[in-house]
Amino acid sequence: MSIKKCRQEFEKIFKKYPDKTQALLPCLYVAQEKCGCLTEEIVSFLAQRLDLPKVEVYSVITFYSMFSFEKKGKFVIRICMSLPCYLRGSREILEAVVEEALCIKPNQSTEAKKFTIEPVSCLGLCDIAPAMMINKKIYGNLTPQKAREIIRRYKQEKDK
Amino acid sequence: MKIILKNIEKKGYLPDINSYMREGGYKALKNALHMKPEGILSEIKKSKLVGRGGAAFPTGLKWEFTYKTKDFPKYVVCNADEGEPGTFKDRLILEKDPHLLIEAMVICGFTIGAEEGFIYIRGEYFKGYEVLQKAIDEACRHNFLGRNILGSKFSFKISLYKGAGAYVCGEETALLDSLEGKKGQSRVKPPFPTFVGFNNKPTVLNNVETFANIPEIILKGGERFSRIGSSFSPGTKLYCLSGDINNPGIHEIPMNVSLQDLLERYGGGVRGSLKGVLPGGVSSGLLTPRDLDITMDYPGVQKAGSMLGSGAVIVINDKHCMVDLAEKCVEFFDYESCGKCTPCREGTKRAKEILINIAQGKGELGDIALLKELQEIMFDTSRCGLGQAALNAVRSALEKFYDEFEDHILRKKCKFGVCPIGKDI
Ligand SMILES: Cc1cc2nc3c(=O)[nH]c(=O)nc-3n(C[C@H](O)[C@H](O)[C@H](O)COP(=O)(O)O)c2cc1C
Ligand code: SF4
Ligand code: FES
Repeated sequence: MSIKKCRQEFEKIFKKYPDKTQALLPCLYVAQEKCGCLTEEIVSFLAQRLDLPKVEVYSVITFYSMFSFEKKGKFVIRICMSLPCYLRGSREILEAVVEEALCIKPNQSTEAKKFTIEPVSCLGLCDIAPAMMINKKIYGNLTPQKAREIIRRYKQEKDK
Repeated sequence: MKIILKNIEKKGYLPDINSYMREGGYKALKNALHMKPEGILSEIKKSKLVGRGGAAFPTGLKWEFTYKTKDFPKYVVCNADEGEPGTFKDRLILEKDPHLLIEAMVICGFTIGAEEGFIYIRGEYFKGYEVLQKAIDEACRHNFLGRNILGSKFSFKISLYKGAGAYVCGEETALLDSLEGKKGQSRVKPPFPTFVGFNNKPTVLNNVETFANIPEIILKGGERFSRIGSSFSPGTKLYCLSGDINNPGIHEIPMNVSLQDLLERYGGGVRGSLKGVLPGGVSSGLLTPRDLDITMDYPGVQKAGSMLGSGAVIVINDKHCMVDLAEKCVEFFDYESCGKCTPCREGTKRAKEILINIAQGKGELGDIALLKELQEIMFDTSRCGLGQAALNAVRSALEKFYDEFEDHILRKKCKFGVCPIGKDI
């Protein structure tokens, strides 16, 4: 099922990388984006097409933090926990976001798959520390209050 | 004196090819195509440019090694994985002046005899990826990339490759494995990538900022570049100021600037009073207010017992507890360790445990000796720079702020009130 959604893009990638192994990461990216997470089916398919043992595909997926077998929320909140952000109060930001986004713990998703909160390493936004990203959007110079307001806006979006 | 930000800092400058060419972009490539590879190498060696990604290796030498090997095909790889906490300079170049990087990579390909290049960009740089892809397409349309570039016999193409969230992939050999579609775990060196790199072929791998210096060197000559700033490591540096500083941000300054000037004149001064500075991110050792007069070039920072690395200058004021910060640094390395070698995989874990214990008031004096021993072992025996540098910050904190550790251990006290000592946890 999940293969169908990715088939076309996969073929493009296979063509671009005749050297098969190199196609693995780009394919995983496509699958993750189209299906929201990776599946057993995708692993088997890619292993076969790229002539890789399945265990190799599994190990690659689990090695990188941006790939996952668990479906993530519609909004992935990445909160930077590295030192420059920490010095500027990222601990309080995380606490505020966890509370506001309906009490899910870090690295978990809300019941309705609305939010996933991920404490992450430096995002290259240290000039606007403390910083976070929600999907591809950047938020910086946060205070706990600002962070709460941002999350509140995302929450309302559902009700529309 | 601006080399890298000369375009970016102009008002209204856009990251498209017309803006770049209006400022004289791709002239260096045109010149280079009329030079001999040996001539280009000689200019770059004369410039005394060293890598801006962390290891400060002479760029001219790296290119020359690859040029001289007779194994083909060869590759050019740009390290745009920027992951060292406190570093955000490459993002600026990628998003605001992508053609500067592309031009440099084409020149590199022409010099060493490569026909293909990759930009390995970290997965979270969504905007940078888009801007770069657009820029590559533009460069192809103008025949700065593609077949027979500007009527010469030289052909070159560049592809983007996205990382997927792993700090260790910034290490050059881990990056190459990741670029081949595998887990990003470091390889044993030697052989170095200059001889055995991407797909086991000779590869020049440079940081974004390193590449960004190349067009200037071709246009103005290596000799002239070598007279900028510091005579030991010439040129400018993009210093990234972060942490407890009034104006965090990126400053391009010739490398003879002192730490004091960097913080005061450029950074607008410290927020609160200065306690310490990590000049090369969490991988480097702490400097203290006593080091304010050092020169911020590579040898200058090294002489002070630390390293400049990628130029991530993290400023720490006296409101912070060093035990707490040391623990935060180790936590990062524990999380990011690739797990390939025992000293780093186990060492980062144990160091984190020890520091958490101390922060909770359960530490013993013997723990300090243990941490020091761990640091030495990891420094000597870890396979790649991640493990080797993981406890640099801890070691320097122990040396320079010993009394804070003692307070936690003997008096069960955190005078900053940040550690969980005595609190129920
Ligand atoms: C753990 C680790 C992480 C690194 N991360 C980066 C990085 O994000 N970007 C980078 O350019 N170099 C990074 N480096 C340095 C690279 O290994 C390599 O030295 C550099 O990219 C070479 O380019 P240069 O000579 O132009 O500096 C890292 C090194 C280590 C050990
Ligand atoms: S030092 Fe750490 S990151 Fe480097 S190879 Fe060993 S385990 Fe991996
Ligand atoms: S430390 Fe948070 S973005 Fe760099």
